[in-house]
Amino acid sequence: MLIEQIVFIAFSLMLIFAAIMVVCSKNAVTSALYLVYAFFNSAVLWMLMQAEFLSLVLIFVYVGAVMTLFLFVVMMLNINIENLRRSRMKYLPIGILMTALIVGIVIYVVMPEHYISLTPVKATEHYSNISSLGMVLYTHYLYPFELAAVLLLAAIIGAISLTHVGNPKRKVQNINKQIQANKQSRLRIIKMPSEK
Amino acid sequence: MMSLTGYLIVGALLFGISLAGIIINRKNLILLLMCVELMLLAVNTNFIAFSHYLNDLQGEIFVFFILTVAAAEAAIGLAILMVLFRKRRTINVEELNTLKG
Repeated sequence: MLIEQIVFIAFSLMLIFAAIMVVCSKNAVTSALYLVYAFFNSAVLWMLMQAEFLSLVLIFVYVGAVMTLFLFVVMMLNINIENLRRSRMKYLPIGILMTALIVGIVIYVVMPEHYISLTPVKATEHYSNISSLGMVLYTHYLYPFELAAVLLLAAIIGAISLTHVGNPKRKVQNINKQIQANKQSRLRIIKMPSEK
Repeated sequence: MMSLTGYLIVGALLFGISLAGIIINRKNLILLLMCVELMLLAVNTNFIAFSHYLNDLQGEIFVFFILTVAAAEAAIGLAILMVLFRKRRTINVEELNTLKG
């Protein structure tokens, strides 16, 4: 299959390029946009491996929601980039060393002569990735699935309660002041001459 | 037909680049979060490759849960980042040392 190989090589090269640009770009907004690009390329690779549902979820959830969040936060914070970038050169050699080490080890391990080479089973014409995934997800993995839903709910509540400031003009009791109140702050006895 | 090795090498390269990103950009908290997302992407690519080549759907289920947890993690991380910036006016990791004894 020549066309599959061409698609794989093209999109993995673009993916690697996007990843390098995420790491090396000067501006955080550029990094976020290159991360979006990396997600798109990766979704194509997943589609090539017949994981249609997950590659679409990657585009919908990551590009649509998470990266939008990242972009909003990057644009909302006024960050002094110069200050942050000064130490980048200092750590560049050790970064490249660690990368070369890990990539070298993994490539050595996964080479076909050290590793069992597998051939995938071609999907039949009426095979649906979504329905077979759903069959497993709603039977064997029902309990983890519900737990994931609870986790997302906790994330929603946590994120909102962390960042929500509220209206400064809102009329609400100050609990701290209320508890600390004592008799002197509420009741004042003054001496005054009684009327005849 | 592409071999499994190709996908695994792409995943390893992606993981290595994001590890280098964490080492290089260790001052900017937003870039650290982005590199963690990239790392999770590399891991997910490996999971899907094995799932496809072993013809087993459990790998894809795992990716599904990783995506869920990563989305929650990104949301909470960015919320903490916002609160931090509001309080300290900086996201430089080296200046966040008030908990140091």
